[in-house]
Amino acid sequence: MDTFDNHSAPVFLQESDLSKSAIPLYRRALSVLLTGLVIAFTASVLIPLAAVVYSVSKKGINQLKFPTVFTELPPPPGLTEGGFGHAIIGTLMTLSVATVIAVPFGVLAAIYLAEFGKGTKIAQIVKFSCNVLTGVPAILCGLFAYSIVVLPMRSFSAFSGGVATGVLMLPIIVRAAEEALLLVPSEMRQASIGIGATRFQTITQIVIPTAMPALTTGIVLALGRAAGEAAPLLFTAFNNNFWSNDLFQPVATLPVLIYFFSIIPYKASQDLAWAAAMMLVFIVLIFSIAARFFSRQKVV
Amino acid sequence: MAIAKETSGFQRSPSLDKKTTPARVIDIGFWGLTLTLAIAAGSVLFWVILQTGASSTQAIQLFGLGFLFNSTWNPIEDVYGVLPQIYGTLITSAIALIIAVPVGVGVAIFLTEDFVPRYITTPIAFAIELIVAIPSVVLGIWGIFVLVPFLRPFFQFLNQYLGWIPFFGGSSPRGNNLMIVGLVLAVMIVPIIISITRSTFEVLPPYLRNGALALGMTRWETILRVLIPAGLSGIVSSVMLALGRAMGETMVAAMLVGNANRIDISILQPGSTITALIASQFGEAGRLQVSALMYAGLVLMVLSLVVNIFAELIIRRFQNVER
Repeated sequence: MDTFDNHSAPVFLQESDLSKSAIPLYRRALSVLLTGLVIAFTASVLIPLAAVVYSVSKKGINQLKFPTVFTELPPPPGLTEGGFGHAIIGTLMTLSVATVIAVPFGVLAAIYLAEFGKGTKIAQIVKFSCNVLTGVPAILCGLFAYSIVVLPMRSFSAFSGGVATGVLMLPIIVRAAEEALLLVPSEMRQASIGIGATRFQTITQIVIPTAMPALTTGIVLALGRAAGEAAPLLFTAFNNNFWSNDLFQPVATLPVLIYFFSIIPYKASQDLAWAAAMMLVFIVLIFSIAARFFSRQKVV
Repeated sequence: MAIAKETSGFQRSPSLDKKTTPARVIDIGFWGLTLTLAIAAGSVLFWVILQTGASSTQAIQLFGLGFLFNSTWNPIEDVYGVLPQIYGTLITSAIALIIAVPVGVGVAIFLTEDFVPRYITTPIAFAIELIVAIPSVVLGIWGIFVLVPFLRPFFQFLNQYLGWIPFFGGSSPRGNNLMIVGLVLAVMIVPIIISITRSTFEVLPPYLRNGALALGMTRWETILRVLIPAGLSGIVSSVMLALGRAMGETMVAAMLVGNANRIDISILQPGSTITALIASQFGEAGRLQVSALMYAGLVLMVLSLVVNIFAELIIRRFQNVER
């Protein structure tokens, strides 16, 4: 046994037979009891996960009819069949707007934090404020986008949904991008400066390409988190029961569709909500698998 | 991370930089661009706060602080107050924490303290992380169609036999209530508590464990008397983050809380939360109602800021004590 190694992970001394007999019975009994308790806790945390995965796949798979889910609109009340192709397009539209806003903005801000402003007061304030912004409830991002986009433009739109989602993604991307840039060893920067490159050349041609896998992982994780959020979209993208490719018109999105369809008392709509739930879980899963794939690539 | 911070980034400007060349102009321009965007990113938080405040001025002027203590919500006569929603938000978050904190800390201990080999704990930890990836609206639909029917008999049993305890009293429970929201919120926040508590335990120095064990403590006495006190700042910060998340969660509350505008001491009765109120009413709200909902949003913002700043202060205080 590697009992005395200074592992980063804790390694317990084995309690020897001698010490066992020396410890009174009630103390040993307490240990056994508590051990049983934490094992029960662990099992109880896994039960809801298993139950959700089971329900979503069981109730979703029967309703998920290809290719009609992609090509048809939801049925009017009372009828069955149909799909939610418009919500998939709507989700992609809002996510695209959010990406276009949050990624360049967040990555450039992170470049300042990691490359120029380290240790400065400005960087500390920006970091603190981004940390707090991460804790701001998602629905408040929706209220914010409502008052800066929906009210002036007098219309719910895919664009305003993208703004709300972008605000949600921004602090996640700033943090992830900063950590990705800090992983790049400073020797690479020094070598680049040493052969006469400017800082701009160093950052765009050495630092960013080197940090790319970690950067992509962070962005994909932020996208995966944003894809599942319904709250910021409720009164920005709103909803739409028809096809729409217009950025400045209301669009249906998968999370909002699940919400609306699960609270109305029609069996067909509820079935469709389960199918959409399965689709959404699938999409989020793809994002997290993609993130794992990118993070496997060598950093340096 | 600490090592990475020291070794990366640029050293203080080499003298070669000082020449005025087109390249230097580009460098300064790039520096200026990133600085501007960093400041802008930092300002988004303040913009969100100010904008929410500005959008709710009408309601703030009309109702003042009385908004917080009034329990009517009447769009027809335009009288608004959010006391039941504040109550619902606090009580559902409290239920979630009461369940999630002992479970989360227990699971974190189980995963770090080598009760079973790593090849068992690693997949368990991975599975728990997956809970975070489940969209909250999916947990909501699962709650409506699976959890509520499953738990309804249990709620009715509690109500029937333990109804003399105020928390379980009232009329026979239908299923959508404060308790079920608290339960699902607990599922959502447990992974946060586990992951932060776990990393706290993992960085505790090994001599703490070895010393306690050498003094003849059992494994659990070590955990309870040495490791938990030593890791308390990490545990408290994880609890605060989880609390912030529970208060701000919208879809689960909107789908399961029952949206009843009242205060009931019984957790088996329907209620409302700030987020559920905004989610369910904003779509078809009139002018003053929108302003009142924005005011409710501002209240939520203040609550979550207080929790965040409180967490920050606690962490700092504990860090000072350690050194």
